[in-house]
Amino acid sequence: MLNAAASFNRILAMMLRYTYLLRGSWPRILELIYWPTVQMILWGFINQFLVGQSAWLAQAAGLFIAAVLLWDVLFRAQLGVSLVFFEELYSRNLGHLFVSPLRPHELVMALLGISLVRTLIGVGAAALLAIVFYHYSIFDMGLYLLAFFVNLLVMGWAIGLLVVALVLRYGLGAESLAWVVIFAITPVSGVYYPVSVLPAWLQPVAQGLPASHVFEGMRAVLLEQRFPLDLFWYAVGLNIVYLAVGAGVFLYAFHVARRRGLLLHVGE
Amino acid sequence: MPERVEGVPAIEVQGLSKRFANEVVAVDDVSFSVPRGIVCALLGGNGAGKTTTLSMLLGLLLPSSGSIRILGEDMLRHRYRVLPRMGFTSPYVDLPQRLSVAQNLTVYARLYGVPQPARRLAELAEMLEIGGFMSKPYGALSAGQRTRVSLAKSLLNRPELLLMDEPTASLDPDSADRIRGCLREYQRASGATILLASHNMQEVERLCQQVLIMRRGRIVARGSPAELRHCYGRDSLEGVFLDIARAQESAPC
Repeated sequence: MLNAAASFNRILAMMLRYTYLLRGSWPRILELIYWPTVQMILWGFINQFLVGQSAWLAQAAGLFIAAVLLWDVLFRAQLGVSLVFFEELYSRNLGHLFVSPLRPHELVMALLGISLVRTLIGVGAAALLAIVFYHYSIFDMGLYLLAFFVNLLVMGWAIGLLVVALVLRYGLGAESLAWVVIFAITPVSGVYYPVSVLPAWLQPVAQGLPASHVFEGMRAVLLEQRFPLDLFWYAVGLNIVYLAVGAGVFLYAFHVARRRGLLLHVGE
Repeated sequence: MPERVEGVPAIEVQGLSKRFANEVVAVDDVSFSVPRGIVCALLGGNGAGKTTTLSMLLGLLLPSSGSIRILGEDMLRHRYRVLPRMGFTSPYVDLPQRLSVAQNLTVYARLYGVPQPARRLAELAEMLEIGGFMSKPYGALSAGQRTRVSLAKSLLNRPELLLMDEPTASLDPDSADRIRGCLREYQRASGATILLASHNMQEVERLCQQVLIMRRGRIVARGSPAELRHCYGRDSLEGVFLDIARAQESAPC
């Protein structure tokens, strides 16, 4: 019990460190909000135009706005893990962190926690602005929104941990992965169109991504007013596997870094 | 609070080796022990294996073979029992630049579970004369100020064993002397053990009761500064160091 409390305090200490960093720099907060808002505005206009052209889209006026906001949950969650970890590398701080009692899994928990905070700030602001600009509230989805949000958040965390593991192994030369990896899976995630649009050979790939089940679920809620439980549980099951793999690969990369002596040099 | 076991060395290393994937042998079958309550220097030229040895003692680097016992605990198996009782400082490892000194120290105080962190920060601010820039970003400090902050970080948890990599590197004589004074004061008051890697021979002669000298990954000489000077027939440790660094054969004693 005492150990659990000490562990929790170390996780809070790391979250405090990341909060100091965020609080002390308004450009960082602005940057968190900027891209989700720009994306939301862009897709809002596209949505407005297409509603008049498409009977399918006319059934749910805010379909593309919901899609882009939820997509940003995945993207911001992933960046929240990767970029915050890179801060430790830029500041050459890993050597101090890992001679303190901080365990690697506690660092992971802190990264996930701050990723949640950053995602809520970034996407939350864009979602509120969508109400102002387009009179569309994603919060009208109610509890279904929470189900979609958690699934996309966890998938983002898993990808973020994989990126971090690669950077720990190959150094900051691999940091650009943090920006590009998500875009590689966008076309097969069914964000703006059903998975059935994809060629037959690509559909099994889409089925292997938790995000595609979330976006199919979102369309079912918005267009058919039903929540497909089977898709939800597919996403949850896949996410458990994704997160276990992400955390496992990170911990293995940490072990390799200790064997190769990278912890003191990885930021250089 | 762990009990101190009298008679057990602060550091006990047996057959320690580190061979990297490229077959470079950085540390080669090193054995030594450091008794409690002394200041010991780890000397050697660039590439002698000092930093690799320190990294293994800290658990940042896994050895290829050998054993490490720190404060009586097996470092390879029970690292997290020992780390809360250790401190580490190095000019080559930084603290986050954008955080203020106080924020950095607060985060580390919490990581180490320091009771009453605000009081401990105030004590260290007074001891190391860092109170005047606690609210400044760490990145805005001079080299001397950074070294003092880094030392404050390493003393937050009142360590029983302090490992230091070149604690006064790149400092002017005045700043270096202040750091040495603080170290002496902490060691005298706490009875802690200090192992420092340094290239500053005068500093080692002033501070250390025991010296280990490495060359090409092996310990080639050990003893007190006086014993080493006597053994090599030199009147300074620098002369001993140069003899060892340039020697082709093994040490005379």
